[in-house]
Amino acid sequence: MDVTTLLLLLLIGAVCTYLAGDKLASKVALLFSTAAMGITLFILATVSDFSTLNVSLPWISSPKAYFALKVDGLALAMVLLTTVLTPLILLSSFANAFKNAKSIYALILFMAFAMAGTFLAADGLLYYIFWELALIPIYFIALLWGNDAIETRKKAVLKFFIYTLGGSLFMLVAFAYLYHKAGSFLLTDLYALQLSTEEQTWIFLAFFLAYAIKIPVVPFHTWQADVYQKAPTVGTMLLSGIMLKMGLYSVIRWQLPIAPLAAKTYMPILLGLSIAGVIYGSIAALRQKDIKRLLAYSSLAHVGLIAAGCYSLTFDGLSGAVSQMIAHGFVIVGLFYAAEIIYRRLETRSIEAMGGIRIQTPRFTSLFMILVLASVALPGTYNFVGEFTVLYSLSQINVWYAVLGGTTIILGAYYMLKMFQNVMLGEANAKVFADVTLGETFVMVVLIAFLLFFGLYPKPLLDLVNPSLQEIFTLINRS
Amino acid sequence: MNTLIAVSGLGIFCLLAEIINLRKAIVPVSVVALLAILGLTVSEFNHPSSWYYNMIVVSNFSVAFSSLFIVLTVFLILMSGDYYKDKPSKFSDFIAIKIFLLAGAIAMVSFGNLSMFFIGIEILSIALYILAGSERLSLLSNEAGMKYFLLGSFASGFILFGICLVYGATGYFDVAEIYELSQGAGLPIWFYFGITMMLIGMLFKIAAAPFHFWAPDVYEGSPTLVTATMSTLAKVVAVATLYKLVTGLNKEMPYSFEIALLAVAILTMFVGNLLALRQENIKRMMAFSGISHAGFMLLALLSLTTAAGTLFYYTAAYALAGIAAFAVITAVTKNKETQNVADFNGLGKRHPILAAILTMSLLSMAGIPIFAGFFAKFSLFTQTIEAGYLIAVIVGVVNSIISIGYYFKLILAMYNKEADDEVASVSWVYTLVAVVAIALNIGMGIYPSCMMDLLK
Repeated sequence: MDVTTLLLLLLIGAVCTYLAGDKLASKVALLFSTAAMGITLFILATVSDFSTLNVSLPWISSPKAYFALKVDGLALAMVLLTTVLTPLILLSSFANAFKNAKSIYALILFMAFAMAGTFLAADGLLYYIFWELALIPIYFIALLWGNDAIETRKKAVLKFFIYTLGGSLFMLVAFAYLYHKAGSFLLTDLYALQLSTEEQTWIFLAFFLAYAIKIPVVPFHTWQADVYQKAPTVGTMLLSGIMLKMGLYSVIRWQLPIAPLAAKTYMPILLGLSIAGVIYGSIAALRQKDIKRLLAYSSLAHVGLIAAGCYSLTFDGLSGAVSQMIAHGFVIVGLFYAAEIIYRRLETRSIEAMGGIRIQTPRFTSLFMILVLASVALPGTYNFVGEFTVLYSLSQINVWYAVLGGTTIILGAYYMLKMFQNVMLGEANAKVFADVTLGETFVMVVLIAFLLFFGLYPKPLLDLVNPSLQEIFTLINRS
Repeated sequence: MNTLIAVSGLGIFCLLAEIINLRKAIVPVSVVALLAILGLTVSEFNHPSSWYYNMIVVSNFSVAFSSLFIVLTVFLILMSGDYYKDKPSKFSDFIAIKIFLLAGAIAMVSFGNLSMFFIGIEILSIALYILAGSERLSLLSNEAGMKYFLLGSFASGFILFGICLVYGATGYFDVAEIYELSQGAGLPIWFYFGITMMLIGMLFKIAAAPFHFWAPDVYEGSPTLVTATMSTLAKVVAVATLYKLVTGLNKEMPYSFEIALLAVAILTMFVGNLLALRQENIKRMMAFSGISHAGFMLLALLSLTTAAGTLFYYTAAYALAGIAAFAVITAVTKNKETQNVADFNGLGKRHPILAAILTMSLLSMAGIPIFAGFFAKFSLFTQTIEAGYLIAVIVGVVNSIISIGYYFKLILAMYNKEADDEVASVSWVYTLVAVVAIALNIGMGIYPSCMMDLLK
């Protein structure tokens, strides 16, 4: 069992799903994604030295590129996030009767393949290809199966595509330049490269453009709320749960170790932008009337904090950021799912039109409540571990960063609880709210169980991630 | 050389087939014969030779490009079978002209003498003039043919005058001799005038700005299959010839030439992409898209010594994507008065396969990974950085972003709009051509070395 098998499985799964036809597509997709999850868990359980799984095959002779995959704790943690969330996301969409179901399920699996590839790639060109490949399926998922009038949706999705592609093309230029310098795209060769501060600055900026748009960091976030709102819920989950983490992961894996001097020079600005995202996202979330938009802005605030953790360049910051990436992935998928469950019954996303759900379904209310609390990083949830570590690391640099970044917890609690109040409590809604089905409960319970288990016992994940972060931390601080 | 003779022979056979009443056999016979010729051509790889006092020089460069041209012609002829079905009396003429066009193309990449070069250009151009005006009763087609002929012969005049000046300066038509002389000092100034005039003529043929004005009108007016020929085969031929001409005549380009070329390339990219954004007619849009790609290909000339492989890869990627796209465009607009983006509304529902192929070929042209178009642009960028023109790369990237705007306009129309009307069934030939072309394109993307390393 190695990671190439895992990638191939997802790719073949996408083809099989398409060939299976509309009726069977969802089940075939679920089967393959569960198998991928199984392989990931199997690798985690049986392999002690992950570096034995590294792959390096010559691929293109000029420009020289390898099919190189690097397996370490960090990459595996992100692959785990992808392969655990994908079956859950698939499962969550079983109740939706998609038109042309074989295509959307195939696209979801293909996207999972590209995202897992992005997390594993250890060759710049290969990494870039996976990075771009992930964009195509989400573009079509949002475009073809999205909500709202086609004209507005079309604009939002095209803007998203042009933004992200534009940003990443500059990353491509940076890779071309790095290749010119190093004569290879291999991660190890790029790490070993001696670059002047000026070169690092430009490379850092080119990478930053790509990642800041993907994450997104203020002021590159303008695509986000529209796309989250207009994409179908599966698309929103894929975007917010996994795809955003591609940007954050890449900061840690590629941007910081390749251009550490630039990162150090511009740290105050980077932290400022990240924290601006926290505050801006929180305030914008307060004013939202559409539940998906509210979650989009809350997501903007949370990833802002994660970005701040990465750019703090401290070990705790990196470690907290990775924890929070995983935690946020789970919680945001759960919250969007809750919004979808409500939409299925009330056929609205407007918060004002909701209310009175608690009286009709206490079970769903409790599950939703736990997710809301996890989202505001209540102690005992995994989100607390992440956010607290990040805030701690920020306080070590300058206490004001921590104070400002901490507003996410205060404002987050305010807008999330207010949302919860308006959506769930109050007089019974005129519409009947059928109780959640077994399938819906199952998905939410798995998500919550994950968050609570690692909230109380984060050690396994920290043990997995920290050695590789230590390696990267040493690289960042090399002279 | 054998290739050239065989192709000319095939063209004559097509003309004769009409007389001996073998019209039905023309397409299958030509396709099989062309595939055989392809085999013959490939067998000459790594066996350089020269013929008739260096008139024709067979090198790896010429073999590689000739093979590409033959493959493209096979696709075009396959489609001609259905396209000209309702014009039986002209059938053999059109096929024969396409094959003569191929002969001209092969001469253009294997010349060893400037007179051969000029003959090649004229064979290709005259074939194209005729084809552009081949829709005899359509005013637009007549206009296209006339316009192309007038402007094209003007450019040919430039080239011819340039050749004369070079001859006057050196006393040779032979490229190798001129190359030797160009290394030494003391060449009269009109040698450079001559080269400049030849370059201008070639820039016209590849439709680089500011010599691009003919392209949109001619592309729009010509019958769709001819537009396909121009935008794939003819463009690729012209670019390859330009490269061969520049590398054949001087070892290193003077710095001032490089700057001029850089300016033309940048201008071409911007003109092509910005104007493409505003087009509603799909053939005009493809014309401008082709102009912008010509700009990209010109970047290859900035790193002369190493660019052959990259240029070959780029042209193949571009032409294969173009063939796939035009197969779909031809099939969809076949019996329509207009060829607007609106005609593609709802194609995703009516013909999912054709829509998917057109999407893929547009993604390849936009340079999205795994399609060959991405690797083409990327290795071009890497090379241009090595040559020290970072600015050109940044312009190229900005242009790639702009190009998303119009390529995706078409994709959006296919998937996001309801169909205006039901379309008649599509001949399997177009689907076959499109599928094979895009499969080759993706294959090149998955394993780029197979083509990029051919011309080292």
